[in-house]
Amino acid sequence: MRIERDIIYIILAFIVLMVVVPWTAGQLSDQIFFNWPFFFEVAIGGLLSGVMYSLIALGFVLIFKASGVFNFSQGAIVLFAALTLVGLHGLGLPMWLAIVATMGVMFLLAVSIERLVLSKLVNQEPIILFMATIGIAYFLDGFGQTLWGSEVKVLSLGISEAPGFYFDGQILINDFDLFAAGIAAVMVVGLSIFFQYTRIGRALRAVADDHQAALSVGIPLKHIWIIVWTVAGLVGLVAGMMWGSKMGVQFALSLIALKALPVLILGGFTSVPGAIIGGLIIGAGEKLAEVFLAPMIGGGIEEWFAYMLALLFLVFRPQGLFGEKIIERV
Amino acid sequence: MSNQDTPLLQINNIEVIYDHVILVLKGVSLNVPKGSIIALLGANGAGKSTTLKSISGLLGAERGVVTKGNILYKDQQVESQSPADLVDHGVIQVMEGRHCFEHLTIEENLLTGAYTLSGGRKAVAKNLEMVYQYFPRLAERRKSQAGYTSGGEQQMCAVGRALMSNPEMILLDEPSMGLAPQLVEDIFEIIKQLNEQEGVTFLLAEQNTNIALRYSDFGYIMENGRIVMEGLASELAENEDVKEFYLGISKEGKKNFRNVKNYRRRKRWLT
Amino acid sequence: MIYREAGVYKTTYRADHAIFTIPQDRWSMIGIFAIAFLLIPAVGSEYWLGAIMLPFLILALAALGLNILTGYCGQLSLGTGGFMATGAFSAYKLATSFPDMHIVLVIFGAGLIAAAVGILFGIPSLRIKGFYLAVATLASQFFLIWMFDKFGWFTNYSASGVISAPPMTIFGDVFITGPEASLVAKYMFTLSVVVLLALVAKNLVRSNIGREWRAVRDMDIAAEIIGIPMLRTKLKAFAVSSFFCGVAGALWAFLYTGSVEPLAFDVNRSFQVLFMIIIGGLGSIMGAFLGAAFIILLPILLNNLPTMLGLNIRTDMISHMEYMIFGALIVFFLIVEPHGLARLWSLLKEKLRLWPFPH
Repeated sequence: MRIERDIIYIILAFIVLMVVVPWTAGQLSDQIFFNWPFFFEVAIGGLLSGVMYSLIALGFVLIFKASGVFNFSQGAIVLFAALTLVGLHGLGLPMWLAIVATMGVMFLLAVSIERLVLSKLVNQEPIILFMATIGIAYFLDGFGQTLWGSEVKVLSLGISEAPGFYFDGQILINDFDLFAAGIAAVMVVGLSIFFQYTRIGRALRAVADDHQAALSVGIPLKHIWIIVWTVAGLVGLVAGMMWGSKMGVQFALSLIALKALPVLILGGFTSVPGAIIGGLIIGAGEKLAEVFLAPMIGGGIEEWFAYMLALLFLVFRPQGLFGEKIIERV
Repeated sequence: MSNQDTPLLQINNIEVIYDHVILVLKGVSLNVPKGSIIALLGANGAGKSTTLKSISGLLGAERGVVTKGNILYKDQQVESQSPADLVDHGVIQVMEGRHCFEHLTIEENLLTGAYTLSGGRKAVAKNLEMVYQYFPRLAERRKSQAGYTSGGEQQMCAVGRALMSNPEMILLDEPSMGLAPQLVEDIFEIIKQLNEQEGVTFLLAEQNTNIALRYSDFGYIMENGRIVMEGLASELAENEDVKEFYLGISKEGKKNFRNVKNYRRRKRWLT
Repeated sequence: MIYREAGVYKTTYRADHAIFTIPQDRWSMIGIFAIAFLLIPAVGSEYWLGAIMLPFLILALAALGLNILTGYCGQLSLGTGGFMATGAFSAYKLATSFPDMHIVLVIFGAGLIAAAVGILFGIPSLRIKGFYLAVATLASQFFLIWMFDKFGWFTNYSASGVISAPPMTIFGDVFITGPEASLVAKYMFTLSVVVLLALVAKNLVRSNIGREWRAVRDMDIAAEIIGIPMLRTKLKAFAVSSFFCGVAGALWAFLYTGSVEPLAFDVNRSFQVLFMIIIGGLGSIMGAFLGAAFIILLPILLNNLPTMLGLNIRTDMISHMEYMIFGALIVFFLIVEPHGLARLWSLLKEKLRLWPFPH
């Protein structure tokens, strides 16, 4: 029943996007350029850029689902991973080796975060851990740039940005975006299975519910946290590679995290598929609004539109579309 | 007690301080022989939970620390070991107030208890079978989210979850909390069975003195972070002072606790 | 403590209800006021007054506001910057639309407008909780800043989008805004406002409203069950909090910087204020001040450290290092005492009470 309701919500959201927006645009056609193929091109472009947001949101979901920590440093992790990768590649390592080495660095990062921060903050309130991750974010931003410099670096994955194929003779989609979507799909499926059906995945969810109880049944928090942060680091690396090759490896990568937050609350903090669906809705909504709505009210709305859209959804579903229902008992 | 040579667990004169300033345990010593059920009794805030947590290693998560004395389990010092190591060695705590993982189903809750279990799927399945045998109610609710089950079911789930790790010793904190008297009786009955059939040693902290003394072999009574009295459960149950202060009965029948003289006598007894 | 609490006898309810029940605390408070009102303006240099004390006081006020919402009522908010901007721009519109309006009215009027905006953005808090709410409050942050940036009406159509405070006076002829105002006058005015509002806050949180807030914070369902109206209590917290932030924003724009653009109140400002209350201590009035002092002084210290040590580091390197050290120190403080400097202070008192014979 719950699933059905969710699907209805999603369909409603898409009806809003697909009907209301073009309709208003049609009414105002003297102000805005509008035709259907153009509309679909914008929508598909939006969906694909939404996938890119999802890649970052996934990292958030992972750590929240597995330890109940709202990890604000995910953006910094993305930046740090990308910087390390480009830096190592720049030192002369071949790409594959640089990727492997970066994975190692992400593991070391996870170990040190666990040792130096998390292990000292077991059983603290969520807001304290949240603040600690902001501290980590500041540290990583500074550390990465101290180490590798702050100028914009180019990262090429060898995937063409050229238009890949035309759909219906008019709408173009490029290879890179399709590749990103593929990667995201693989990660979602993989992570969902990991959480739902493995021993470690179950332990991760247990830790998220109750640190102390998890400790009491003998789940070693230490290992769990290292695993989660390593996986989040790897997800961050993937996101950093995709975003880095799109817009260059630079400090702005760290701020992309702010764009992933609406995706996160819309999909639900605890849902891996939610991160994708949320990304799609936010991506499409944002692009459509930017093209068809922004000219009416003054432009620049991409700064807040995603947040308002997410807020709207939250009023109807306070735990996001797919988030775990908040169980409240007195 | 003295006829058994080395107890399974030995606590020697421990002191526990929270947050560097709050002294909670002021020299507690107790012995838990193998295969027994030991009751730790006392009012709220007497230090029962802290004693259990200092054994299971959960103190660190609450910024508490054992500053003096030591805790020996099978003659090994354990006060600085992590909870996970202790579970591995066979000591597991069932925390007060149940602490089930709300968003996991009952079965998933039980499976988390098998985290430290070696022996693969077979061992896990065997233990799961055993838990369901002791708690048939859990088998019925296996697919429901723990957060939506009743208090009794959650308590059973917590005890069952502990059993999944094949423990030698369970530290049970207030199993009767918030449960109907009949259900409390059931839970204690199961504890007794586990003790007799599986050979699990229990150290249980309880407010319900009456029932705890009925099911245990030996009892310790705590007040203000000290152990004020100890003895065989049957002797404690017959002791006049225990009767009066904890069971609320005395020679003259029920006592009124507002009675000043009574209060003075209790004060004297504690010091 | 040099003194002990023992031996303080209270014979009236009035004495028992005083903010500081212990005479020594009262005296030290009076001492602090004396230093703040008399000593600092007399001996403080331009730099100290203008670049440290002013932002410290103003941000402490904002932190106080956020602490009411987050520390006392438990609603995590990342929208502080937006509410401060609302205060700043409302003050500007009030001051330019009604040139005869008294500065005090302008500042507090701006606070009231910010409070109204706060209530508006507080409405979703009835349904949205925890981190979901925190992210949702970012919506107000981004939306408000965008609004002030986009619509020329708010800046009286200034080309740069920057607003400048018109010169305004108090007591007839003492300039406290504009180029002619002296730093001492600015400082004294800000200090008075902050002290006044801090006393208001202190009394609010120990009154009925404050108890309702804390009940909602600690367990909202339980609070609702004993009859605390959820929506009204939360909105009150949003209103009071935004009022404080609005006043802080107005002071920031009018007295501290003199001219300001919306970007001065971006999301980093919100985080800065949030850091203050976390480092200082959630749910503590003193904590807001301690936290503000820490967060203001730390970057200044870090900035001057390399020159003090005689090191020669490139400037961009310094700024990266600053980030690193700042982040590391935040984490360090959270580990040392997750409940902030205010809690550290009370623990210190506890320890001294036992001194010289600890457990």
